[in-house]
Amino acid sequence: MSVPDGWLAYGDEQQERVGFFTDTSVCIGCKACEVACKEWNLVPEDGLVFTGESYDNTSTLGANSWRHVAFIEQEKPLRLDDEDGEPLRWLMSSDVCKHCTHAACLDVCPTGSLFRTEFGTVVVQEDICNGCGYCVPACPFGVLDKRHIPSLPATTTRVSGSEPQASERPDGRVWKCTLCYDRLKGGHEPACAKACPTDSIQFGPLDELRARADARLEKLQQENWNGVQLYGRDPDDGVGGFGAFFLLLDEPEVYGLPPDPVVTTRDLPGLWAQTALAAGAVVLGVVASFLGGRR
Amino acid sequence: MSDSYYGRPVIKEPTWTWEIPIYLFTGGLGGGSAVLSAAARLAGNERLAKTSLYLGAAGDVVSAPLLIADLGRPERFLNMLRVFKVTSPMSVGSWVLFVSGGASSTAAVLETLDRLRPVKYLAELVSALFGGPLATYTGALLANTSVPVWHEGRHELPWLFGASGTATAGAAAALLLPPEEAGPARRLAIGCAAAELAAMEVMQHRVGRLLAEPYRKGLSGQLTRASKLCVAAGAGLLAWKGRQSRSAAVGGSTLVLAGEMLLRWGVFKAGFASARDPKYTVLPQRQRRDSNR
Repeated sequence: MSVPDGWLAYGDEQQERVGFFTDTSVCIGCKACEVACKEWNLVPEDGLVFTGESYDNTSTLGANSWRHVAFIEQEKPLRLDDEDGEPLRWLMSSDVCKHCTHAACLDVCPTGSLFRTEFGTVVVQEDICNGCGYCVPACPFGVLDKRHIPSLPATTTRVSGSEPQASERPDGRVWKCTLCYDRLKGGHEPACAKACPTDSIQFGPLDELRARADARLEKLQQENWNGVQLYGRDPDDGVGGFGAFFLLLDEPEVYGLPPDPVVTTRDLPGLWAQTALAAGAVVLGVVASFLGGRR
Repeated sequence: MSDSYYGRPVIKEPTWTWEIPIYLFTGGLGGGSAVLSAAARLAGNERLAKTSLYLGAAGDVVSAPLLIADLGRPERFLNMLRVFKVTSPMSVGSWVLFVSGGASSTAAVLETLDRLRPVKYLAELVSALFGGPLATYTGALLANTSVPVWHEGRHELPWLFGASGTATAGAAAALLLPPEEAGPARRLAIGCAAAELAAMEVMQHRVGRLLAEPYRKGLSGQLTRASKLCVAAGAGLLAWKGRQSRSAAVGGSTLVLAGEMLLRWGVFKAGFASARDPKYTVLPQRQRRDSNR
């Protein structure tokens, strides 16, 4: 159940499955992860806005934001045994692609652009993607989106005296977190985890991260932290467990996350059966219409 | 308890634009017409066979550029044919449209030239075999997403779109042919219009009160109501006077066609509305989670 689709096919080239454990109890909302991700992956700037939604002007994951720090100001106590008169807490959480064990985006991609890497992660091949957009509404977390602005040129060096020129043409392909596939290939940890100053974003083999998360959950529960829970750690959930999972301090929906995500293709066999039956009914209906006369 | 993060959507709205609901209509016309044309050929109704053959080929031929125009990188449209994946209704549908469209346009050209009759019949057979899937797979295409009203309507959407596509094929042929040649097409339009209205009712009932909201409220609600009105009036007119009067047949067929186009837009826009408002994603999932806890 918890083995990523396609990962075993690598045989000798298969690597240990890696991922993120994002422990939001130590996130300080510095957004170093957002910046490091943008810098390393040449993710373009898509407009600066003021939302008034706490310290969050990024708002959502998308083609141009592969890490997103959520900020929630709550009149709730941080610990259940707090006796303060006016409870207050500030939740922060760095969201990212979940690199699902059963990934809807990968299943529905009609070009094979989305693929499972040897590390068990899910990556878009930008030289294949034709921007059909099917993965966008397939994802139960709203992670992927089409890039409607031009991309930056993929140059690694800047010629002195000249700014790199962005193309005029909107990119038109879908983009998302690659779990820094290029850095993994070179034996480095992803840029966001590297930049995180509090180790809220922890990178490593998924099994290790799960064990670490279990221990952390137990500790915070003993300390009476309000609402503490693991999200996406369970390999038996609707997507077979996340490759990037979280320790949250409130229900997932408070952070803009779905409470019980299910990979849409889980229901596809039944859906194909209905489709085949309906196709048969089309033929029967047409045949039946000839039972009367020509007029 | 808070239901969402500043009211922002949990899932992304589709990136698809106006080409897609039009394609849902033209693809349905193409698929339904291919089956109707082949059946008419077997029944010896050559005029109906020819008309539906041209209609089906036109539907298929218009569909491809619509789909290509919607791509973010239209010049890469051939990448659709570099793999075949049963987990992706879009992949399956691309192949179905490729085969069906190739066959129906080949048959239409040979019909016009009146040459290579065996090849034409073979092409018609292939096109007819793929016609049913072409008319119904679009239901699977939409249902196989995280969009709440589409995914929860997965038991009905292939039936709804199959009925709609077949009603479209019948009405289009009944529009172009004199009543004395259009009996099967007219009956198909009436019967499938009724089936489509019934499938829509069942779907709205089955998804539950909350998820049926986009089919009642807002733009998608208006489109859905207008669709029902046009389809019911058109089918009624065809049933009442379509056999005797050419003008009633033209009016009824036009209303059915307009209604089926509106249906595609209504379902399309309802999906966007249900993706945009987080309550449609969060509330059913929370109910499911809490009942499992």
